[in-house]
Amino acid sequence: MIPEIGHYALILALCVAVVQGVLPIYGAAVRNSSLMAVAKPAARGQFLLVLTAFCCLGYAFAVKDFSVLYVAATSNSQLPLHYRLAAIWGAHEGSLLLWMFILSIWMVAVSFFSTHLPEAMRARILGVMGLVSVGFLLFMLTVSNPFERLIPAALDGRDLNPLLQDPGMVIHPPMLYMGYVGFSVAFSFAIAALLGGTLDAAWARWSRPWTTVAWCFMTVGVAMGSGWAYYELGWGGWWFWDPVENASFMPWLAGTALMHSLAVTDKRGGFKAWSVLLAIMAFSLSLLGTFLVRSGVLTSVHAFATDPKRGLFILVFLAIVIGGSLVLYAWRAPRVGLGGGFALISREGMLLANNVLLVAALGSVLLGTLYPLFLDALDLGKISVGPPYFDTVFLPLMTPAIFLMGIGPLAQWKQASLPALAIRLRWAFGVSLVTAVVVPWLMGQWTPLVTLGLLMAFWILATIVVDLRERLLQAEGGGSIGGRVALLPRAYWGMVVAHAGVALFIVGVTMVKGFEAEQDVRMNVGETATLGGYTFRFDGTQQVNGPNYVAARGTIHVSQDGKEVTVMYPEKRRYFVQNQTMTEAAIATGLLRDLYVSLGEPLEGGAWSVRLYHKPFIDWIWGGCLVMAAGGILAISDRRYRLAWRRKEATVPVEAQLARPTVT
Amino acid sequence: MKPRQKRFVLIGLGLVALAVAAALVLNAFQSNLVFFYTPTQAANGDVPQGRSFRIGGMVEAGSLTREGDGLTVHFVVTDMAKRVPVTFKGILPDLFKEGKGVVAQGQLRADGGFFASEVLAKHDENYMPPEAADALAKAKTAGTQSSSTLVVNPR
Repeated sequence: MIPEIGHYALILALCVAVVQGVLPIYGAAVRNSSLMAVAKPAARGQFLLVLTAFCCLGYAFAVKDFSVLYVAATSNSQLPLHYRLAAIWGAHEGSLLLWMFILSIWMVAVSFFSTHLPEAMRARILGVMGLVSVGFLLFMLTVSNPFERLIPAALDGRDLNPLLQDPGMVIHPPMLYMGYVGFSVAFSFAIAALLGGTLDAAWARWSRPWTTVAWCFMTVGVAMGSGWAYYELGWGGWWFWDPVENASFMPWLAGTALMHSLAVTDKRGGFKAWSVLLAIMAFSLSLLGTFLVRSGVLTSVHAFATDPKRGLFILVFLAIVIGGSLVLYAWRAPRVGLGGGFALISREGMLLANNVLLVAALGSVLLGTLYPLFLDALDLGKISVGPPYFDTVFLPLMTPAIFLMGIGPLAQWKQASLPALAIRLRWAFGVSLVTAVVVPWLMGQWTPLVTLGLLMAFWILATIVVDLRERLLQAEGGGSIGGRVALLPRAYWGMVVAHAGVALFIVGVTMVKGFEAEQDVRMNVGETATLGGYTFRFDGTQQVNGPNYVAARGTIHVSQDGKEVTVMYPEKRRYFVQNQTMTEAAIATGLLRDLYVSLGEPLEGGAWSVRLYHKPFIDWIWGGCLVMAAGGILAISDRRYRLAWRRKEATVPVEAQLARPTVT
Repeated sequence: MKPRQKRFVLIGLGLVALAVAAALVLNAFQSNLVFFYTPTQAANGDVPQGRSFRIGGMVEAGSLTREGDGLTVHFVVTDMAKRVPVTFKGILPDLFKEGKGVVAQGQLRADGGFFASEVLAKHDENYMPPEAADALAKAKTAGTQSSSTLVVNPR
């Protein structure tokens, strides 16, 4: 009964979504405010309906209702409750429901925080979001319904993939989807602006916080995915340039470019058409990513053959969204205009260069990800594009972008002087260059790549220091340091923090790539192995019983210079239901290094093959991402956005005039 | 600079950036594409010498042996038509099993054996790497083997 209620709620949600997608947009076109007013209640109603459906599926998992096909396929009676609930997004159908649920959350958020927007603008934004949800609801209801019954009911479920039975998995997909779907808001703002035909600085100021919030979620989501791969796959890698990872990385790159482009549109009125295009790009890549990962296209192109309807729907939906918005863009963008002019050497120019580099990097990742799929689909042979391709392309494209990242914040808008910039930054460059050369040399191993990496990181930090010093000296009437710090806007601090996060990230990547050490060894009980100055002693394994698995748990004592540092317990688990073996690595985290031990295979006489890693600074990679996201949060707490929320009735008429279509 | 000149410079810079990116991509593509071959192709010598490639198929049941160091393993990859002996030094992924699909990346040695630098792990036990499934299917259509064991079950 409950699953039927969920199914029914989805059907109703589709009806509401159609109304929300059609009436307000039509109303905005003919300026009928009663039609436009439909948008808000429709968005909220849709949220309640999707929430109902989501809870129904959650309930089916909680009570182990194996008469629901999806529940039977992804959970099991032995699976603990929290993993049963996380199994909602453990496979295709449920993760689409999660996507839809998060879309409805964003819609409700827009309906609440858009009171300061002109009526037509708000109606169009919610209308576009309604149309997106029509597509997703149709997809779910026609070819991937999570509430489909299994008659007769299964005695027990097939269990959740053991790899996904992990706390990281519980939180990673919702985070990532908050980011993916969050770009739908920026997309809807862009489409609304194209429909309305006006796009001004106010539009950018409204879009910015939404874009930044989505970007923050995305950053955390991608970082968590990488962290999950690190500790769960047992191979010690943190980024494999796997198509699934690329699928989440590409919208992040587009989103990063969009944030910076919107800054120019907001402050200077420039890059208008470009911002709109990036917004379309970011959301299109989010859609592509969702479908690539969840439809099975990537694990095998032949998944299309197993369920051709699903594949066809995806292709048609992508074609409509991407093609439709690009056609609209081509038709309306000339009206939007390009925005004000600027000199080549100016902050705009540098942000533009940064944008071009980010998009070029994005293009190369897209090519490397899709090319094998195309070849395979056309039956031209099977190839794979490995990490070396991405490494060789990505590094040269990102290096100049990072250097510009240091200079950009110090350059004036509109026109800057190169010699003056060089003088202001000469100390920063000298200090970072010397440090970057000396530090790896002190660590005993000098390689050009490590120096380049550290140079980039120190360059970012040094330019931040120069910039901060100049701004604090210029801050008027601040008096004490504390007062001066408070005078600088939070948006600025947000940028500083986020850029510092990038520096931390680069330090992590450089140190891991340059100094990590790994060893595969055969260890008898009591035998020791030495790696990175640490001595690992293997003390045998014992059996441990988990709720739905049995494990061999090894005990490894780690010591340094004769002193015991830690004891590590790596496990080899066998999950009963799917009879799948899983490596559960033991990780001793530290600020400056991780020790990582995973069990290989049992050998004769109680010995095991063991994999040992010493990973310097690896946690800085994810720490840097969290700092970036924190910078984003800091930026949106800026006063100017809060004022925008509060400024309601008084300014709406003026802004409504600005947003009125120029062509009638 | 006049606006007109500036536009030319901007467009020129854009084209340069595009050209550099394209050159990087093509260059990296050239040297980093990894091609896939079936055991039949490998056994017939239709594979590049001295260059890394992938082979996929089934791990022949009973073919796994381990050397005294506990790390070097030997097994046979087959598409039910031809067999290719594979050597790998390291720890095999969790989902490596005899009688299951596998994909290995490495180089062919002069004696016809395959030295793998990497044996690929996949996320799901029922999942057959598409390359492996493809190799089996190809050998099957070539009519060299009855089909009872070729359970191809892509997710």
